[in-house]
Amino acid sequence: MTTLRIKNAFKRYPNGAEAVKGVSVDVEDGELVVFVGPSGCGKSTLLRMVAGLEDVTDGKIELAGRVVNDLEPADRNIAMVFQNYALYPHMSVRKNLAYGLKNRGTPAEEINRKVDDAAALLQIKDFLDRKPSQLSGGQRQRVAMGRAIVRDPAIFLFDEPLSNLDAKLRNQMRLEIKKLQRNLGTAAIYVTHDQVEAMTLADRIVVLNNGQVEQIGTPHEVYSHPASTFVASFIGAPPMNLIDATLTDTGVDIDGQSLGLQSPRTGAVKLGLRPERIQITPENGGLAVDIGVVEELGAIRLIHGTLGSQDITIAQDAELPEPSGRAGISFRTDDAHFFDTSSGRRI
Amino acid sequence: MAVTELDTAADAPTKTATKKNKPRGNVRIYDHAVLVIGVLLMMGPLVVAFMTSTFDHVTIHREGMQIGFGGNFLETYKNVLYQEGGFTGEVTGLLMTQNSLILGIGFAVGKIIVSMLAAYAIVYFRFPLATFSFWVIFSTLLLPLEVRILPSYEVVQQLGMLNTYSGLIVPLIASATGTFFFRQFFKSVPNELIEAARIDGAGPVQFFWDILVPLSRTMIAAIFIIMFVVGWNQYLWPTLMTTEEGYFTLVRGIRNIMQQMIGADIPEYNEALAMAILAMLPPALVIVIFQRMFIKGLVEQEK
Repeated sequence: MTTLRIKNAFKRYPNGAEAVKGVSVDVEDGELVVFVGPSGCGKSTLLRMVAGLEDVTDGKIELAGRVVNDLEPADRNIAMVFQNYALYPHMSVRKNLAYGLKNRGTPAEEINRKVDDAAALLQIKDFLDRKPSQLSGGQRQRVAMGRAIVRDPAIFLFDEPLSNLDAKLRNQMRLEIKKLQRNLGTAAIYVTHDQVEAMTLADRIVVLNNGQVEQIGTPHEVYSHPASTFVASFIGAPPMNLIDATLTDTGVDIDGQSLGLQSPRTGAVKLGLRPERIQITPENGGLAVDIGVVEELGAIRLIHGTLGSQDITIAQDAELPEPSGRAGISFRTDDAHFFDTSSGRRI
Repeated sequence: MAVTELDTAADAPTKTATKKNKPRGNVRIYDHAVLVIGVLLMMGPLVVAFMTSTFDHVTIHREGMQIGFGGNFLETYKNVLYQEGGFTGEVTGLLMTQNSLILGIGFAVGKIIVSMLAAYAIVYFRFPLATFSFWVIFSTLLLPLEVRILPSYEVVQQLGMLNTYSGLIVPLIASATGTFFFRQFFKSVPNELIEAARIDGAGPVQFFWDILVPLSRTMIAAIFIIMFVVGWNQYLWPTLMTTEEGYFTLVRGIRNIMQQMIGADIPEYNEALAMAILAMLPPALVIVIFQRMFIKGLVEQEK
């Protein structure tokens, strides 16, 4: 079953600017879908359209089988977790959790039961009588999630919920969110600009750019078969090398160097190579790279060099000997991605 | 090396801070001297007025302001509070205090309600000419009551509100200061809070009542204090508005006593001074008691 169906959604502002240009995404039951993209790509706007905080200019948003375009946020059966938590500062944690239920006219004993259940689940039972200002960032984040859980929604909407936390806590909360969402079995949309968060959390990733979907797929698909140069350079750190190359009948030509390769077509292309999928050859075979700066990251080292006139980054196991001067590189045919030079789409 | 440098850099401000806090004798003496002089300048006349008010009026008339305590403290203050005076012989100091309180509290409460609602509309609702309305309201800052006193009087008179509490209070409420304060405050309330409330099913009224009003608590307290003092100290408008002595306020009553130069009577200087002291007490008390809340409301925002 499909929990949420976004059909060809558009968001146009009165001044003519378009934030979302015809996006269609389905979220299946219990699935965690991550919207990822650079700032200004429309991911937050799209989420807010689902929440009902932004009007839908065109298209349809269907939640649990009914079109919710014109429903108030409170009537959509969604729950949202905000970046700044948006807890009511003057209310105790208990009241924060209960406020939405109270407004719905839920009986008091049911509210208490739900709040206690959520508090137990999130381990915030000890803070129920405190004010948000007396809590740490991580605790506030839990309260914000508690407020979402008690509503028992059809879908959770997370709007960059971890970006206010420090790096360590972020990793921990990321894992917790994933576990929690698994346990509850509720569908969720998670918006982030952090591709690591996207990769680790998502059942499926929606990569957005400039108000349009670049690619929808599992983290593995998005990583190993990027649909465009944009996805290729956005997902993965360090980003994929994109090198201007010419395909010939026998292989690939890069700035005068050539390598035998089975190529899908001939002519000018962008050759995409993941830094971690490039090997330094022992006997300077393959393509010759001039080694520039080397960064040691502990487990791996990043080697920045030039291939002909183009920059290239190679990630190498730190156990291997560090190359210098001029080195040869090679890669498996399967690891070479080809993109159209003008459209940037995968060939 | 870099680490140690960073450490010293981080330590440096703390060091200067401790240095600053170290009591340095002579500087402290100067500080205190300035403060003491300030206190003397501000409080001196008050103390003299209070002392003089404990003498009888004949002594004051003959010898001027007094330092020390005369024996008439209880009598004078009892007279001021309970003796029926004025032209009709109906008005007492207590009644005037009550009137002043009604004016002060009514003015402050009314102003807070009106300006909060106005600011709520301006900040949160998209209606045509919202910005324009705000600037119109704002421009009334240039038109204090004194400037528009004749038309205001005309309006109140034609509405038959002379010698009523509402006539006394309502025209004073119309000014922009409160609206302006609340507008600035509401604008600083994060948008996400409103969105969270919308998702929680709070309508406009609930959002205002459940979230905005509690958030504005300290702000309301600060504005209440300012406005209470302003209302309490009103002189010109009550003088124009109220001809019946039953509506006289304390501030106005002082003048009344001094006016009683009928025949060979000596004005009751002591009672006038006593009344001035009494008129000063409530605003001063309000400020002293709510000082902390007042400052909190003006400088920090709980969010």
